Amino acid sequence: MIKVHIEKTLKASENPLKIDVKIHVSKGMFASLYGASGAGKTSTLRMISGLLEPDHGLITNDEDLWFDSNKNVTKDPKYRNIGYVFQDSALFPNMTVFENLEYALTNKRDTKHLYQLIALMKLDELCNQKPATLSGGQKQRVALARALAQKPALLLLDEPLASLDNESRAELQDCLLQVHKTFHLTTLLVSHDITEILKLSDQVFVMDHGKITQQGSPKTIFIQNSLNENIEIIGEISKIERQGILFCITVSIQNTSVKIMAKKFEIENLKVGDEILVGAKNFNPFFLKASK
Amino acid sequence: MNWDPIILTFQLASVTTFLLFFIALPLSYWLSQTKNKFKPLIETLVSMPLVLPPTVLGFYFLIAFSPGNTFGSWLNEWLGIKLVFTFSGLVIASILYSLPFMVHPIQSGLTNLPASLHDASTLMGKSKITTLFKVLLPNCKASLLTGIILSFAHTIGEFGVVLMIGGNIPGETKVASIAIYDEVEALNYNNANVYSLILCVSTFLILLFVYLQNGVSLKKHRR
Repeated sequence: MIKVHIEKTLKASENPLKIDVKIHVSKGMFASLYGASGAGKTSTLRMISGLLEPDHGLITNDEDLWFDSNKNVTKDPKYRNIGYVFQDSALFPNMTVFENLEYALTNKRDTKHLYQLIALMKLDELCNQKPATLSGGQKQRVALARALAQKPALLLLDEPLASLDNESRAELQDCLLQVHKTFHLTTLLVSHDITEILKLSDQVFVMDHGKITQQGSPKTIFIQNSLNENIEIIGEISKIERQGILFCITVSIQNTSVKIMAKKFEIENLKVGDEILVGAKNFNPFFLKASK
Repeated sequence: MNWDPIILTFQLASVTTFLLFFIALPLSYWLSQTKNKFKPLIETLVSMPLVLPPTVLGFYFLIAFSPGNTFGSWLNEWLGIKLVFTFSGLVIASILYSLPFMVHPIQSGLTNLPASLHDASTLMGKSKITTLFKVLLPNCKASLLTGIILSFAHTIGEFGVVLMIGGNIPGETKVASIAIYDEVEALNYNNANVYSLILCVSTFLILLFVYLQNGVSLKKHRR
């Protein structure tokens, strides 16, 4: 089990962010850190990996002490045995795909493990290519294989799917599931995509302004706790016109327009260009699959 | 026509560049990584030769290495090293004089690499030296080449420092730039012209090579 109880104040921006998190992930579980940009997710991941030092706290992985501010213990990141997939893949441009994987091997003779990963991640045809020639999805697949090559004790994934198109994202999500089933690695994924978390994770930590505000199973957090029959969308008023005793407000929502009938007192404070929240109650929605 | 000054110039540039590369490498790496409070001070010292008149540097070398001074006499008596008016003295002065031309390109090449490359290698359990030689340096070859070539070319163009600390000893410290000055003073414009032309053509070719190489590596990078 990985136990994290850390505090750090990030002073880089104008408004300092105080990160204060408690995260416990059982061995072999797939957990996710969910939150908006700037919530402190990546910094938390960097502190767990040792790339950033917390101000106070404790990090342990099973019996292994990684950080303890009271005992003044900080284990060097290179000895923590962490597989880390960066948002930008961080593949070494001077090496081929095979050389990238080989570089990460702890034991250079363990080529059996290397070829197992190449087969599992379907990298056979990419082995002799340099990272610059790969697509975004292929790069992240190689980065994931490279993180696994060192047989890590913990796998940290820092929004590896954020910059991918829907198709590559779905492929890599399947790949992540396959990897998790095969190696049963304790995994912590940073993501702000609810669908992705629902598909991949056993456990989710919701982070807001440096604090964990909710934790539990993704279904409990994202479906049961937030399920209702209302829908709320923000749009911009493009036209207000009188129609008999009522008024018709035209609202632009993304690429489409919606017309809403309103009474006189309801439009008194509204003008063209205002942003408004459009809500619908007890509706009966239809749905069509939009992705391939 | 005496070819010694030309040969000596290229000898001095080669030895200086070779030694400077190994001095600048750890220094550039440290500067690219450190958050030490003394970093601005070290950066200022490294950049000083860019703005100081070369004669100032040469003057202080002359004072420091002179056998009449404590440090110079200690070097001479205890280690048997004489640095004033010798080739070795010229090399040391040239190393310091060309330091920013080697350090700046390498430091900026290392700083411009994504931090995630360094982090990824560290998390794979690799040492700083392995990370530097296997990951960082191979990915900033253009900066290394720029540093090497600029230092070489800059050493060829030295005048003030070598005149002050080297004197004008034929075959020992009389490099091409000083030979040109001598020939002009003696009204031998023909010889001065030959030396000048050789320096012009060689530095032009060296710099053209740098820009062509950097253009190629930029294209590779964009591909």
